[in-house]
Amino acid sequence: MHAIEVSGLRKAYGNLEAVRGVDFTIEEGEVFGLLGPNGAGKTTTVEILEGYRKRDAGDVRVLGHDPERAGPDFRERIGVVLQQSEMWPNLTVRETHAVFAGYYAAPRDVDEVIALVGLQQKAAARVKSLSGGQKRRLDLGIALVGDPDLVFLDEPTTGFDPQARRAAWEMIRSLRSLGKTVLLTTHYLDEAEQLADRVAVMREGQIVRVGTPAELTTTDLQTEIRYRQNGEEVLLQTDEPTRVLAGLTAAAVARGEELEGLQVRRPSLEEVYLALTADEEAEVAE
Amino acid sequence: MSAEAVRVTGRRAPRAMFLHQLRSEQLVFWRSREAAFFIFLFPLLLYVLLGSVYSGKIYGVPAAQGLLAGLIGYGCANTAFAGLAIQLVLRRESGILKRLRSTPLPPAMYIVALLVSTLVVFALQTLALFVVGSALHGTPFPSDVGSFIAAIVIGAAAFAPLGTATASLIRSAEGASAVVNFILLPMAFLSGSFGPTHKLGPFLHAVADVLPLKYFIDLVNAVYLHGHAVWTRPQDLAVLAGWGVGGLVVTHFKFRWEPRER
Repeated sequence: MHAIEVSGLRKAYGNLEAVRGVDFTIEEGEVFGLLGPNGAGKTTTVEILEGYRKRDAGDVRVLGHDPERAGPDFRERIGVVLQQSEMWPNLTVRETHAVFAGYYAAPRDVDEVIALVGLQQKAAARVKSLSGGQKRRLDLGIALVGDPDLVFLDEPTTGFDPQARRAAWEMIRSLRSLGKTVLLTTHYLDEAEQLADRVAVMREGQIVRVGTPAELTTTDLQTEIRYRQNGEEVLLQTDEPTRVLAGLTAAAVARGEELEGLQVRRPSLEEVYLALTADEEAEVAE
Repeated sequence: MSAEAVRVTGRRAPRAMFLHQLRSEQLVFWRSREAAFFIFLFPLLLYVLLGSVYSGKIYGVPAAQGLLAGLIGYGCANTAFAGLAIQLVLRRESGILKRLRSTPLPPAMYIVALLVSTLVVFALQTLALFVVGSALHGTPFPSDVGSFIAAIVIGAAAFAPLGTATASLIRSAEGASAVVNFILLPMAFLSGSFGPTHKLGPFLHAVADVLPLKYFIDLVNAVYLHGHAVWTRPQDLAVLAGWGVGGLVVTHFKFRWEPRER
């Protein structure tokens, strides 16, 4: 069964069309990355799936429910990490987890969850004393305490230092090993590449590409062949690297030359992403 | 806890969840020193101060006793209206309300638990006022306890919807405390929370006559100072009910769970 099915999803705020016809499917147990620059419509899409926003058009099924009409039965099974949220500053980490655990029929053990998100040392500390990264881990902990089947992570590592990001990635990988379905939005490519089974790249309210990170890098951009000739850099971009390379090397061998600095490379996911979102990045920079 | 029995239905039993939420609200309230001080202790402090200033008689009873009714009124407006409004705005703008909406806790249960929690704080505060009054000035406890409890619950039930309504109308966390106190303090002063109002001019009296607090204080006065039953004051009850219903209507149409867009 599909964990999430979306087709023809649209949402406008006044004149601004935030989501303009989005389709995708997420399988159970899959980690799915929604990638795109700020303003691409990621958060709007996710908040429709979480049940926060009403859509203007399209079909949405999340765990078999229409999130727009879903009630507590649906919310028993989802865990949400919002892009921005704070918790009661004067409760401790353990108390905060216990408050949320009390909303679920069959919550996980509070201390187990605190250990899972790496806050054992801080279990008795007040929330206001936590660092930014620790507060994000608290958000993740309270999203997991209800033992959800589906976890929404909206930019879970924005603002983390590299070490904290690595730790968060480990946690998200552990969600996969628990069999959870994860919908992750991010604007970090390496995060999507590291964590996601499949990635959808969003731009201006539409999905411009879906696939595994490997598929995106092999099908999207042409392979580059570089070498130097007479001290000048030559760059060839081609969809048929084997044929082009064979011709190039055969000619060089026939001339008895060495192709100086010969390189054949596939584009990285980052280059694919930048190519896909190039126009919008320029707009955002203005 | 009967977690296994509940697992069959897939939902936590409503009564258990409600009690859990009420406990959580109490924990959040008392853990915050600012809330505990400004909402719970402040009316007590004012009573001690004013009780040492006034002497003689107010409303035909000893001043310390007359002041009690006024400060119970202030406590009610301060706890159920001002405190509730400020807390709700802060929770909304920090994203706590939005986060709670994605849990199985039903929204109506959240609101009811918050109101009951507020009532608990106000009831404890009223009890503390009587204890302080009795200890410092020998003021009596209410003679008709049933009517008195009814009056307290009616007051909280009228002011709490005004708190949720005001929270719905306030846009930002920064301004919440200023806006709420701008309403609360003049209202309390004009309605006689801090002493008799007979020296106020006709205009200020007219303002007080529109606001709900005067009627709540009159109701508490009638029950506490004069031993009347609560139903002998239909006009007070009607005005309080009107304000309460007005607050509910505004809350129904304007209440938001999500912070302002940033």
